[in-house]
Amino acid sequence: MLQKDALLTRTEETVITTEQLSGSEILLKGLIAEGVDTIFGYPGGAIMPIYDALYDYHDQLKHILVRHEQGATHAAQGYARTSGKVGVVFATSGPGATNLITGLADAQIDSTPMVCITGQVYAHLLGTDAFQETDVINITTPVTKWNYQVTDASEIAEALAKGFHIAKTGRPGPVLIDITKNAQLQLIETAAYEKCKHIRSYRPTPIIRTQFIEQAAALINQAQKPFVLFGQGVLLGHAEQEFKAFVEKAGLPAAWTIMGAGAIPTDHPLNVGMLGMHGNYGPNVMTNECDVLIAVGMRFDDRVTGRLDKYAKQAKVIHLDIDPAEIDKNVKTTVPVWGDCKETLPMITALLEQKSHDAWLQRFRDFDQEEMSQCIDAEIHPKEGQLTMGEVINQLNQLTNGDAIIVTDVGQHQMVACRYAKFNHTRSNITSGGLGTMGFGLPAAIGAKFGAPNKTVVAVIGDGGFQMTLQELGTIMQSGIEVKIMILNNQFLGMVRQWQELFNDRRYSFVDITSPDFVALAKSYSIEGQRISERSDLKGALKTMLDHKGSYLLEVMVTKENNVFPMVPQGCSVSEIRLK
Amino acid sequence: MESKIEKKEFNITVYTENQIGLLNRIAIIFSRRKLNIISLNTSPSEVESIHRFNIVIHETEEVVKKVARQIEKQVEVLKVYFNTNEEIIWQELALYKVPTDVITEHVSVERLLRAYGARAVVIRKDYTVFEATGHREETEALVDFLQPYGLIEFVRSARVAIIKASDGFHAKLREFERLEPGEQVAENEYLNKGQKVFTM
Repeated sequence: MLQKDALLTRTEETVITTEQLSGSEILLKGLIAEGVDTIFGYPGGAIMPIYDALYDYHDQLKHILVRHEQGATHAAQGYARTSGKVGVVFATSGPGATNLITGLADAQIDSTPMVCITGQVYAHLLGTDAFQETDVINITTPVTKWNYQVTDASEIAEALAKGFHIAKTGRPGPVLIDITKNAQLQLIETAAYEKCKHIRSYRPTPIIRTQFIEQAAALINQAQKPFVLFGQGVLLGHAEQEFKAFVEKAGLPAAWTIMGAGAIPTDHPLNVGMLGMHGNYGPNVMTNECDVLIAVGMRFDDRVTGRLDKYAKQAKVIHLDIDPAEIDKNVKTTVPVWGDCKETLPMITALLEQKSHDAWLQRFRDFDQEEMSQCIDAEIHPKEGQLTMGEVINQLNQLTNGDAIIVTDVGQHQMVACRYAKFNHTRSNITSGGLGTMGFGLPAAIGAKFGAPNKTVVAVIGDGGFQMTLQELGTIMQSGIEVKIMILNNQFLGMVRQWQELFNDRRYSFVDITSPDFVALAKSYSIEGQRISERSDLKGALKTMLDHKGSYLLEVMVTKENNVFPMVPQGCSVSEIRLK
Repeated sequence: MESKIEKKEFNITVYTENQIGLLNRIAIIFSRRKLNIISLNTSPSEVESIHRFNIVIHETEEVVKKVARQIEKQVEVLKVYFNTNEEIIWQELALYKVPTDVITEHVSVERLLRAYGARAVVIRKDYTVFEATGHREETEALVDFLQPYGLIEFVRSARVAIIKASDGFHAKLREFERLEPGEQVAENEYLNKGQKVFTM
C-alpha cells in the first residue's frame, strides 16, 4: 500500500508544474543555498528519497560514502574544524541514526558546527515500532544543540534554515533534523529558500557591556603577573588576529587548551605552552601564581583545572565567553566579559597600556628549561632504546615545518602530539578534546582533508583507537582522498596502562591489545605503507610517507611502557604537576 | 553567602516557545545532574503562543542558578527566572474523595469547608469530592483531617506561581522579536541582583 502511494507521488511529479518540488529536493536545494559542497553519509531505507534526489545533484553536492555512520560524524567534524564551515551528515533511521550518537556527543562538547539529516519512517508509522524506527529526537536531545522532527515537506526549508543558523552561530554545536519518509517524497509548491537570520527565543551572542570591558582592561593594566588561557573560542570566533594583537600589546604570556592550539603559532614569543593534565610545566604552576587570570574562549574543563578548590585562588579572573552559562560554571569570575571575542578582544585591547612583562615571562621560560632537561629531552631526543612517540612527532615537525594539519585520536599519542607538534597555522590541530573519543582520528582526518584540500593532513593514531574505526580505510580508498596515517604502536592501550602503572600498582587489566598487520591491512585497501621500528629508519620513512602521492600508512613501533609526563594526577592541584 | 549554600525551595519560571520535545529538553537538564523536580507545571502565559513552566526544586542557590542558565541556553527558551517562595504568590490545588455517608455522619461539613477553605465539587450518594487550594501545608492539613474518615483518593496539582515583582512578559516579548534587542532582553539577569526581577 505504501509502495503504491510512493509510486503514485512519483508519477505525478512528471506531469505537475516545475514549481512543485519534493521534500528531498527542497532539502538539497537548501543545502546548496547554505553553501554546502560536501556531505558525509550512508544511505538506507528511510532516507532513500533524499538519496534518489541526490543522484541528480551530485555535481553540486559531493557525497562521501563512509563505512559507518560514526565515521560520517567525525569526518564532518574534521571538515568543519579545518574549513570553518558546517559539517553535513546523512544517515538513515534506526541504526543509522543511533550510530551518530558518539559523533554528536563529541561535536556537542567540542562546539563543532554540524547538521545531521536522518531519515525516519513514514509519519503514520511513528510510535508503532516500525522497521528501523528509533526515537531519534529523544535519543539525541542531550547531545544536540537543537533537533527537530519534520513530518511534512512544508517544514523542511524552515527547519534546515533554522538548523544552519543554530549550528554555526553563538557557541556552535550539532543539530539534527529527522525527516519522515513521507515528507521526503511529498510534493509541494515551493518558494525560494530563505536563510534564517533571527529566532526570537535564541540569542547567540550576548550584548557586550562596556563597563566590564573597562574593568577587564583596568585589571590587566594593573596586573604584575597577568596570564592568559585561550581555548577554541578564539578559533571559532575567527579571532586569531584580534587575540594576537591583544596579548602582544600588553605583553601577556598565553597558554592554550588542546582545543585552542594553533590560535597563535607555537613559536610565538608569548605562547608559553599547553595547559592541563599533560600540559607544560610552567603554565600549570604559574596558574597558581599569577595575579590576573584571563580566560579567552575556554571553559575550565576539569582536565585543565585539576582540583578546583586549589585552582588560581590567588588570582582575579576575567572570563571572556560567548556562552553565558560558562561564566562562573567552574571558576568564579571577577569580571565576566560576555560576547564574541572577535568583538570583545579589540575593545579591551584598545584600552590596554603597551607593556611587557619580561621578568614574569622569563619565569615561564625557566620552567620550560627545567621541563626540557627533566622530561622533554629524553622524550624527543632519546639516545638509545626503542623509538618514542615524542621523537616521531619531533621528526615530523622538522619535515612539515609546522605547516601540516595534525589530526589525532585519543590517548597517549594524542597528548604527545598536542605537546610536541608545531602549529604555524590556526585550525591545524584536530582532536577530540572534551569527549575523548577513541576512533575519532581516522574519519576526522578524512574530513579534515576535504575541508582543507591544499594542506598535508597527518593522522596520528594509536594502535587501539585505529582499530575502532579502521573500516574508514575503505572511504579513503573509494574517495581517493590523501591522508597520511601514522600509527604509533605501543602494543598497549597506553593511557589506561599508564594510569594502571601509576595508580593501580601495575595491575595491567585488559590493556594489552593485539593488532592485525596494519600495513597488510592498508594494502588490502590499496593504500601503500610500511612498518618501522628502528631509529635510523624514522626520518626516511616519514619522508616517504609525506612525499608519497596519495594516502599512506606508516606504522611506527614505539616503546611499550612509556609514560606521558608532565602529569597533574587526577584530584591534584595544577601546581602539584609531576615531571616524572 | 550562607544562603547560597543552604538548600531551600526555589521556583523556576521559564518562558518558552510551544514546541514538541522542549519539556524533555528541560527535564533532562535536571535529571542529568540528578536533581529531583518537586513539581512541574506547564501552562499558557499572559502572552499568546508563549508557554510558561513553573518548576519547583529544593536546592542551593548556586545549583539553581547554574541550572537556570542551562535552561535559558536552550534554543526555544526565551527567559528563565528563579525565585524563593517569599518572592512569589503561589497556589496548589488538591482534590479529596471521601465516602459521603461517613462524612455526613461524623464530620461537621460546614466547619470543614470554612476551616480549610474547601468546597464540594461533587456530592453523590456514595462519595463526595472536595477541592482545596492553597500552600502545601494547607492542602496537606486537610489530608490529615480526612484520613480517619476513609479518604478514598487524594491528588494535588503542580504549583503555579506568579512573581510578585514581575511586570509580565508582553514588553519583553516585543524586545525578543526584534533582530537587535534592547539590553534588558539580551543581558544576563544575574548581574544586577539588587533590582527587581523583571528589569534584570
